[in-house]
Amino acid sequence: MAKMTMVQALNMALRQEMEKDDRVVVLGEDVGVDGGVFRITDGLIDQFGDNRSLDTPLAESAIVGMSIGMAIYGLRPVCEIQFSGFSYHNFHQIENHASRYRWRSQGRYHVPMVLRAPYSGGVRALEHHSESREIYYAHTPGIKMVIPSGPRNARSLLISAIRDPDPVIFFESKALYRAFREEVPENEETLPIGKSQVVRQGSDLTMISYGAMMRPTLEAASELEENDGVQAEVIDLLTISPLDDETFVRSVKKTGRAIIVHEAPRSFGPGAEIAARLVEKAFFYLEAPISRVAGFDIIIPLFSREKSYIPNTQRIVREAKKILNSA
Amino acid sequence: MPRKQLNIPCKMEHLSILNEAGEVDNDLEPDIPEDLLLKLYRAMLLGRRFDERMLSLQRQGRIGTFAPTSGQEASQVGSAAVLRPTDWMVPSFREAAAQIWRGAPMENIILYFGGYNEGGRIEDNSKDLPISVPVASQILHAVGLGWAVNYRKTDEVVMTFFGDGATSEGDFHEGMNFAGVYQTPVIFLCQNNHWAISVPRSKQTRSETLAQKALGYGIPGIQVDGNDILAVYAAAKEAVDRARSGGGPTMIECVTYRITMHTTADDPKRYRTDEEVEGWKKKDPLVRFEKYLTDKGVAAKDTFQALETEVKEDIQTAVDRAEELMKKLDDPLHMFEHAYAELPPSLKEQRAELAEELKGMHKEK
Repeated sequence: MAKMTMVQALNMALRQEMEKDDRVVVLGEDVGVDGGVFRITDGLIDQFGDNRSLDTPLAESAIVGMSIGMAIYGLRPVCEIQFSGFSYHNFHQIENHASRYRWRSQGRYHVPMVLRAPYSGGVRALEHHSESREIYYAHTPGIKMVIPSGPRNARSLLISAIRDPDPVIFFESKALYRAFREEVPENEETLPIGKSQVVRQGSDLTMISYGAMMRPTLEAASELEENDGVQAEVIDLLTISPLDDETFVRSVKKTGRAIIVHEAPRSFGPGAEIAARLVEKAFFYLEAPISRVAGFDIIIPLFSREKSYIPNTQRIVREAKKILNSA
Repeated sequence: MPRKQLNIPCKMEHLSILNEAGEVDNDLEPDIPEDLLLKLYRAMLLGRRFDERMLSLQRQGRIGTFAPTSGQEASQVGSAAVLRPTDWMVPSFREAAAQIWRGAPMENIILYFGGYNEGGRIEDNSKDLPISVPVASQILHAVGLGWAVNYRKTDEVVMTFFGDGATSEGDFHEGMNFAGVYQTPVIFLCQNNHWAISVPRSKQTRSETLAQKALGYGIPGIQVDGNDILAVYAAAKEAVDRARSGGGPTMIECVTYRITMHTTADDPKRYRTDEEVEGWKKKDPLVRFEKYLTDKGVAAKDTFQALETEVKEDIQTAVDRAEELMKKLDDPLHMFEHAYAELPPSLKEQRAELAEELKGMHKEK
């Protein structure tokens, strides 16, 4: 097994799927010759040619709209939107069409496409390059919203996304791209979309997170154990929508306490839905209010202050202690 | 460095073959076999009568809002007629005449506008996309299909329909640009019917024609008299032949007119004059074509009368069938069909909630 960054693991997923299946085509701005601004598609043009690794004109709506047509034809397009902050140009193609062709044509057509886009802050970027707006997609019926948290699950989930018969929005945290390496097996590995994972067992508290926030969440869990002897159970959602509530409901029934961590703004964020499901399905097991550690309901500040905006380990520990100490 | 003239290709044609009086330009007359001419006429007539019937169904409250096609039959039938069944058609929402030509069952159209998703069903042997309501957004799907055609090296072509209003949307420009860059076999069929709800063509763009937009993207464009089926057919055939042989995309602007309302929810008297409408009624594509067929000896009065009876019967059969189907399609749980390839657990729960509620309602009765 090779140790890889998320960039390398995603590249490997694309390469292996393109080798196996000539329906798989990548397209987007700078994805060909340049290999993508984050190098996710690096080298694909050399191996597969410019007909399978397309440098498109600069137009997000057309990149997605064209992908929809390609998918209806029977291809498996994987398009890259250079930054999710630019995906509003193409949002209507997702909301109005990618999500609806199966329904509108009553099953005659479907749209097996993947839209990959970097999201999240933490890399000292320009305005529009640090947002976390997964909820727009999670709120849209007919599509799936996936966010990996490390190289190995990124690779497995991307393969599953490409093979999924429905459109998948695949957000990749910029902060995670080169943050750490993980063993990624050369042999094929997939993960089911719509299934979360318990990544740390515990009985005192359930911490639910995903994507870039998994690292501070896991660090907070370790700190709570080391300093306070608290056993936190940690769940990595992996898929935001459709939401796997079975796993976290089961966990909270055991622990009685839940804290949800995400970088996206707090109000109406994924945490709101998770909390609602917990109230619906585990209310009588709750021993404390459900807590959310999230981005504030403001536009993420420019980078000199972004560290104070993005949830961090200390903030998570502090909030966790509040609910641990509540009657 | 001096200022100098650049040689930018700037050719733009207007094509008209059958004039407003129904007189043909013999030099330009396309060679269309008689049986096809009659089929085209029948399809235009069917489109007109179907439209009129839809309007009356809507006025009687038997269907919901729909977008009439009257006046645009030549643009729709003349262009769609050039396609093979193996080609793709990507309509907007005002293409009933073209859809019927392509084989869409009329009862499906009635069902769809009657508020039943089942009406949107695309037949297994059809390669048409369902109608698309957000203006211009479907154009990009046509370009994607065209890209895939090139990728698979088949000889299919794709025709997408949109109106004059759509040429102001970004998706139109992005689609034309991508099609030019990738040389996709896509025909951009613009029905310039002069009105985007209440906004006239003159307020959509300062440019003299819509067809000339093609020049900016390096692809051929042509403006045709959209009420002249021979001109539409000839231009569409040229474009389709070119696309099929690897020559890439073409934009065709059909200059036509929406004789009735934008949709049944709109009152055109608020924004345009009766004189304007009357003026365009004199350019009716059906009347013109009828005269051509008569002059050519392809059909006589009794043929036209027989066709009137025939299409009315077809429409009545479709209406009866649609209303019969509506009675059977009363299961609200159908709304959960085709949401995903497989319903995720949360949707299964929601479906079960509705099922439970419906069971309760049944009991209350």
